[in-house]
Amino acid sequence: MKAIDHVNLEISDGEYVCVLGPTGSGKTTLLRLIAGLIYPTSGGIELDGKPVTGLRPEDRSASYVPQQYALFPHMTVRDNVAFGPLARGFSPEESHRTADEMLRLVRLAHRATAFPHELSGGMQQRVALARGLAGRSPLLLLDEPLGAIDARLRVLLRYELRRLAKELAVTVVHVTHDQQEAMSIADRIAVLRDGRVEQFGRTSEIYSSPSSPFLANFVGGANFLEGIVVRRESGTALIEVAEGFSLTSSEKEHSAGDAVVASFRQERTSVLTNASTEENVIPGKLVSTSLLGVFMRCVVDTGRAGEVMAKVPLREALEQRLQDRIGHVVYARVARDGVMLFSRPERALAVELEAF
Amino acid sequence: MREWVPRDPPPRDQVAETGLMRRLLLSLDSISGSRLARIMAYALGIMFFLTIIFVPPVFGILLGWSKIFEILSYPDLLSRGVSAIIASFAIAGAVALLDLAAGLPMAWFIVRSRSSWASTIDTLANIPFVVPTVALGYSVLAFWGGSQGISGLLGSRFAFSPGWQMIVLLHFAFSYPVIVRVMVGALQGYKDIYETAARTLGAPTFTAARTISLPLLKSSLVAAFLLAFARSLSETGATVMVAGAFENGPVFISKARLAGQESPLLFVSFVLIVASSLFFIGVRVLAPRMRLPISAVRPQLEKRLSSGPAVGLRSLLTLLVFAVLVIIPSLFVVLPAVGAVADGTLQEAFSGNGIWSGYWQAVGLSYLVALAATALNVVAGLPVSVLIARKRGGEFVSGILDTMVNIPIVVPSIALGVSIGIFWGGATYISEFWLLIFAHASITYTYFVRSMVAAIESIPMEMEDVARTLGAKPLTVFRRLTIPLSKYALLAGAIMAFTRSVDETGATLAVAKRLVTAPVLMVQWVRGIAAASPSAIGLGLAFLVVTSFASLLVLTLATRRT
Repeated sequence: MKAIDHVNLEISDGEYVCVLGPTGSGKTTLLRLIAGLIYPTSGGIELDGKPVTGLRPEDRSASYVPQQYALFPHMTVRDNVAFGPLARGFSPEESHRTADEMLRLVRLAHRATAFPHELSGGMQQRVALARGLAGRSPLLLLDEPLGAIDARLRVLLRYELRRLAKELAVTVVHVTHDQQEAMSIADRIAVLRDGRVEQFGRTSEIYSSPSSPFLANFVGGANFLEGIVVRRESGTALIEVAEGFSLTSSEKEHSAGDAVVASFRQERTSVLTNASTEENVIPGKLVSTSLLGVFMRCVVDTGRAGEVMAKVPLREALEQRLQDRIGHVVYARVARDGVMLFSRPERALAVELEAF
Repeated sequence: MREWVPRDPPPRDQVAETGLMRRLLLSLDSISGSRLARIMAYALGIMFFLTIIFVPPVFGILLGWSKIFEILSYPDLLSRGVSAIIASFAIAGAVALLDLAAGLPMAWFIVRSRSSWASTIDTLANIPFVVPTVALGYSVLAFWGGSQGISGLLGSRFAFSPGWQMIVLLHFAFSYPVIVRVMVGALQGYKDIYETAARTLGAPTFTAARTISLPLLKSSLVAAFLLAFARSLSETGATVMVAGAFENGPVFISKARLAGQESPLLFVSFVLIVASSLFFIGVRVLAPRMRLPISAVRPQLEKRLSSGPAVGLRSLLTLLVFAVLVIIPSLFVVLPAVGAVADGTLQEAFSGNGIWSGYWQAVGLSYLVALAATALNVVAGLPVSVLIARKRGGEFVSGILDTMVNIPIVVPSIALGVSIGIFWGGATYISEFWLLIFAHASITYTYFVRSMVAAIESIPMEMEDVARTLGAKPLTVFRRLTIPLSKYALLAGAIMAFTRSVDETGATLAVAKRLVTAPVLMVQWVRGIAAASPSAIGLGLAFLVVTSFASLLVLTLATRRT
């Protein structure tokens, strides 16, 4: 069974890379390979251009911060953070000086003499971070660093992580299953699935040009309709998705006769209360609305083409009084450049999107 | 904007700042980075284990192969030897079963009872474990047989003379705490939710306990049985004291030793080694398949057995058995000891005159041997413990090593001593003193290694992973993580080994012709070899008891964490 298969990643100095993927996709394995805690069956790892594949972890230059932090329970916070430099051969004075500096950076200097069990989860995470940074490695490997933190703190702390990394010019590989987290702080995202890299690129790239339905769904979420390209003319494609109903897309890859999956983002889908002769207007019944903060999520049952979800900006939704139109006929509309096309996947679409 | 450089050694000016000790440690640390150095460290540990701990006791006896079967030409001796062996196993089996029957209700009482006496009883139940076996032996002898003991209270009909009954009484007493300890631990870890579920379905407490809890605790019951069995099979000093004319294995061997009869000695030792190893392997393999009687249902009877008065009666009976058969016989040695304080024997003891000079010499020797054996085991046992706990060298190797490490305590210690004596016999440059140390190291090695392995296994691998990625070499991880996090287990293992060594009689008898340790001297005194008064014997034993208590007190304090 391959935990990691044909993964090829090239990460630049000072980059903040997030490795995003569902549970079991091989993210932790990847991190442990880079750290040197496990060795690859084939392939190699280079750090700073030098091959390190056979090197033990202590001889590489990658600090590993596991999900449970693994703070040394018998040492104070200060001694925990000073461990790296001390182990590397720096004098106790120098090591403690570095430790104090790191603790100041993560704003825990006042707890330097406390023991790990006396600290809250968020504080422990910062100590773990400070310990990883004090080790003076140019590469920091974070395994779900915000996993054990409550939701509100998670949002605040993730920007802290990026800020620290950039300030100290450290390269970071940050593993997470939370796509919001990855999208908000990563320079580039590598999406991992079943041990393979689905796509590796800037957040905006993956968002606007996902390379598979899985990606479109996992990063950003979307509507999916299966269909066949009926006609190709002057840079647009016409896709029949249900009997008598077609979508127009400005995508240029697929030709007439291709079986495709047409996909469009929920946030690019608008809801009209009156009929329109424009293209890409799908009639249906408004099934439900729910408030999502700045959006109102509307579910429209189009009958033959299935359910379509739209995230309508709140102001618009309130102006249209969509919440009063439940049960009535409405129209879902998406611009032609919002319709992405993918080749029909080998597995059933539902399985493909499930991402387990 | 980067200020530091990756992975380079620290700048020269900082190295000069560090002290000599630290520089030495750092050099050792970086040596441990080399694969060869690590392999050598493990290899040395394994070599020590094999050459000193494992091979001599298990295979030494084979060197005397030719002499073993000389006994076949002496049918009388042969039948005596065979009877002795059978007696050993029979007594051990009977005692282990009796102890299970008496100890299990006691463990139940300690864990489940809401009485405030429960924890006191728990501590008291450890006493026969804590008292050196030679003291126990004399105590039992005095209580069940002496004029001041039970015969003084209830008349001479109740007295026992030395023989197999007294051996059973003695072994019952000192194996009792083993059962209680194991079962208390098992019951405390056992989630009684299953029993509760059974009771909410209508089963009386007794039925629920018998049909639900007991089968789930089966592996602990088997472990307790085996431990009690091993202790009974192996004990020598106290058994010799109370055996009289009766012979079990260890008694026979010690008599043959004194009489200089080599072949019976080797024969019985050999059979004991083989039989006990087979027995233990057999029970370990077959026990999981053994079924407890849980299919029969007797609702009326068991409902009555679960009622308040029935439970009260059962508890009373359990406590009575505990008091009369275990505690009082164990502590009976206090009487002559107290008498010794009164009649002036105490001053004589401290003056070192007469028999007492030999006594203090023997005590000194006991402690010296125990200290040396323990120190050897700690130093050489650490690499092996790491190897087993962290499975370095692969699953297979560590699995085999794990099993091998357990073997020396399965074999009766006197047979072990005989085997060791033969193994090193040709090496006349090894003094008796060192033979003693090797023999004691063999017997106590397992206690230390098992304690360390459990402790190391409980340290999360993640911590070591993090430490390594921060730049720590293997020795650094060991020094700054493994040892500090397992120091209680290290101390506990060392103290257990030390106490066990001070207590040991059988192996000493087998190995040493001239040197006399404290327990061996006590056996001599009891058998009347030196002209020692009961007060003197009581006092001599009391000193041993006090030091045993003291070291175990240190153990309890050291392992008590906040």
